[in-house]
Amino acid sequence: MINGVGREIPESIAGIKNIKPYINPFSYVPTGHLTGPAIKVNKPRSEKVLSSIEQAIDASGLKDGMTISFHHHFRNGDYVLNMVMGVIARKGIKDLTLAPSSLNTINEEIIPYMNQGVITAVETSGARGKLGQLLTSGQLSKPTIIRSHGGRARAIECGELHIDVAFIGAPACDTYGNINGVEGKSVCGSMGYAMVDAAYADKVVAITDHLVPYPLFPISIPQTQVDYIVPVEAIGDPKGIASGALRISKDPRELLIAQYATAAIEYSGYFKQDYSIQLGSGGASLAAARFLKEKMKKQGITASFGLGGVTAPFIEMLEEGLIKAVYDVQDFDIPSIESIKKNRNHQEMSASFYANPHNGGPIVNQLDVVILSATEVDVNFNVNVITDSNGVIMGAVGGHQDTAAGAALSIVVAPLLRGRLPMVIDQVHTVCTPGETVDIVVTERGVAVNPLRSDLKDNLKAANIPLMDIEELRNIAYEFAGKPDPIEVSERIAAVVEYRDGTLIDVIRTTV
Amino acid sequence: MLQIIQPSQAGTVESNDILIILTPVSADKGIHVELTSPVLKKYGRQINNVIQEVLREQGIDAVHVSANDRGALDCTIRARMMTAIDRAAAKEVLG
Amino acid sequence: MKLRRTMMFVPGNNPGMLINAGIYGADTIIFDLEDSVALSEKDAARHLVYNAMKSINYPCEVAVRINHISTPFGYKDLETILAVKPDLIRLPKAETAADIKEIDELITAAEIKHGFLPGSINMMAAIETAKGIRNAYDIAAASPRMVALAIGGEDYLADIQTSRTKDGKEFFAGRGQLILAAKEAGIHAIDTVFGDVNNEEDFIAETTRIKEMGFDGKSVVNPRQINIVHEIYTPTEKEIDHAQRVIAAYEESLARKSGVVSLNGKMIDIPVVKRAQRTLAYANAVGKYKGGETL
Repeated sequence: MINGVGREIPESIAGIKNIKPYINPFSYVPTGHLTGPAIKVNKPRSEKVLSSIEQAIDASGLKDGMTISFHHHFRNGDYVLNMVMGVIARKGIKDLTLAPSSLNTINEEIIPYMNQGVITAVETSGARGKLGQLLTSGQLSKPTIIRSHGGRARAIECGELHIDVAFIGAPACDTYGNINGVEGKSVCGSMGYAMVDAAYADKVVAITDHLVPYPLFPISIPQTQVDYIVPVEAIGDPKGIASGALRISKDPRELLIAQYATAAIEYSGYFKQDYSIQLGSGGASLAAARFLKEKMKKQGITASFGLGGVTAPFIEMLEEGLIKAVYDVQDFDIPSIESIKKNRNHQEMSASFYANPHNGGPIVNQLDVVILSATEVDVNFNVNVITDSNGVIMGAVGGHQDTAAGAALSIVVAPLLRGRLPMVIDQVHTVCTPGETVDIVVTERGVAVNPLRSDLKDNLKAANIPLMDIEELRNIAYEFAGKPDPIEVSERIAAVVEYRDGTLIDVIRTTV
Repeated sequence: MLQIIQPSQAGTVESNDILIILTPVSADKGIHVELTSPVLKKYGRQINNVIQEVLREQGIDAVHVSANDRGALDCTIRARMMTAIDRAAAKEVLG
Repeated sequence: MKLRRTMMFVPGNNPGMLINAGIYGADTIIFDLEDSVALSEKDAARHLVYNAMKSINYPCEVAVRINHISTPFGYKDLETILAVKPDLIRLPKAETAADIKEIDELITAAEIKHGFLPGSINMMAAIETAKGIRNAYDIAAASPRMVALAIGGEDYLADIQTSRTKDGKEFFAGRGQLILAAKEAGIHAIDTVFGDVNNEEDFIAETTRIKEMGFDGKSVVNPRQINIVHEIYTPTEKEIDHAQRVIAAYEESLARKSGVVSLNGKMIDIPVVKRAQRTLAYANAVGKYKGGETL
């Protein structure tokens, strides 16, 4: 079948159930009811705290063929996933589906378990480095399922991704299972991605290096969802979990892109009192935060809310009163973590509240402006953020699909050339976000507006930025770099990319 | 026609650059290009073409070229090749 | 009106910077073969700038700073670079009119050899010594190709045995004389670089000062400095408005065939009219004013 972004999706793919091709962003209408976790019971004065991960695995009833989950708030400082997988492997459990909210380079340690058949399927937002290479190699018995953050929350809540045991790294946990991310030595701030796992997994195991007497407050994940608690020495390396304040770039090219993006926002028609915004953590995105701040001050405009993926420049705007409230699914740096702990206007939210397309309404639907990054964009505005120039998985979909679909104005920023690689090309290797949901592409050499948005094009004429057709951007890129040769791929499907609604937007084939 | 009479090197391994190392070989060995690049799949063929083209323009038909590419554009590859050839063909390397 | 508010140096042996040099909106980019290039890489930079200029279409004036012809590199620089027709050759450490005349002849020969329009390649000179300052007018007037004089920074200060101060006392003498020489010769006067890229406050103060002195622009070392200079050089709406009213009064006096121009009851001298015309032409050139309307 050819799907709505022109990609060939096979009628059947071994290991993937219920294939529905992507048609357009809101065409698929789900029916039926949400799923739920196994019913739990906990009698008075019974003990949830166990002495080892092994005990918790035994107690959870984990068996061959089950699905386990983790959350990626600890990023490259995460010890939990590797630690738990080590114990599972030693116990000889096999054929598991690993379904973390995402994978980081530090998780490369689990590659041997993939080779040994402990893990035979992966469902994730993305992967990098050697893990990305392995997932692209087609070595696992089932294709990897790539989902956005909203798509994952949806899949869990509707039962497409059923989690048998969720392992939750808990920066602070009391003896009855109340968890937050703002106390202890391994703070990560928001627990947004783990909230969905805790609410829907049959068994929930909290792993903590900061076990406190009952009761812990504030509560991010409640005792009602947690079955077992295991205290360990360390759940993460604070240096890898959060950086110091993310700084504004001094790279002149990133600053130029940010300047164009800011001008695009200013003249878009959406830059007015009580607008709302999400910015990424990339260089140009952070720099745009600085320029936007100046414009907001100059014009006396404040934002009703900011959304993210939260970083220090955002927190500065919150503290200066330029943003009324921040909704937070994940924190990237220490100032953000400190803010969510102390600022009442800094609200923690779950991945479902953030971005799930199949609930009563995620906050992305209320978003005016989002700035997003891209690895490649094609002349139809389709965006790839998952595969690199060799066709290998090296990124994550994250909230890309969700915010692009939800926001009134989605802006993709990226340098037109990275080294020799053109960013705007004829056809992206992998479609992650459909062009229909991408409004403006901003590069250092030109800004292209999606022809579907002629209203925007008119508005931007006054912005004094180099507007051009997307084909012209591609031509400039090709003039510098030459037209890239296509990446040769095999028939074998290593991964499928779900759109946020569960339809298939693309497949990733192994390269030859 | 130029002859490669001594080993030479030009360029760097900074991003956007390419490090070219030329080594003289006997006339019957012909041209051999050894290319490493992060963009090999998409641009390896084109990088190779540029290197061969510069050698042809300079009338060089025997040399070993080691090219460590870091995302250089054609104009950079040409410049580094020309510099390396100058340096390899000169009796001594002057500025 | 040809603007040279910003002349941005780009190190000649850095491929990444050469490729992106045109995107930041500088009025002129100067590919540097001189001080930013190590002695052992002079040949490499020459080839790189040559090939970049040959293949990339830059949207602004392109200058090349060659090594002085008294070094082992100067003639070779000219031979290579003139083949790709730079808009402008910048000679560093200019001290005599003879330097300029010699290069002028080399450019003339290259224009004939490569079939370029005669006189199409311009020149400018950077003055970096006391001797050069003394000869500044002769240098400026040495060739019809000359379009600008620039004052050099550290070399100049070393030569007159002083160092940088916050308010620029060290440049009083040099800037003053250079301005006069350039204006007498009818060419641009370009100020020296300000190296402390992160010190925006002092950069703004210095740029404002040299603009008021009469400099036509400033050499910059970082793209981040470009917008700051351009903003300082952009006429304010108040200035444009005033200029428009002066011109209107002038035109009205012409219509009345009266030799007296007056605005709001005050007499206006002809130099004021000339300045107003220049303000509007400048505003037009920087895109702030079109056909009687402030943008």
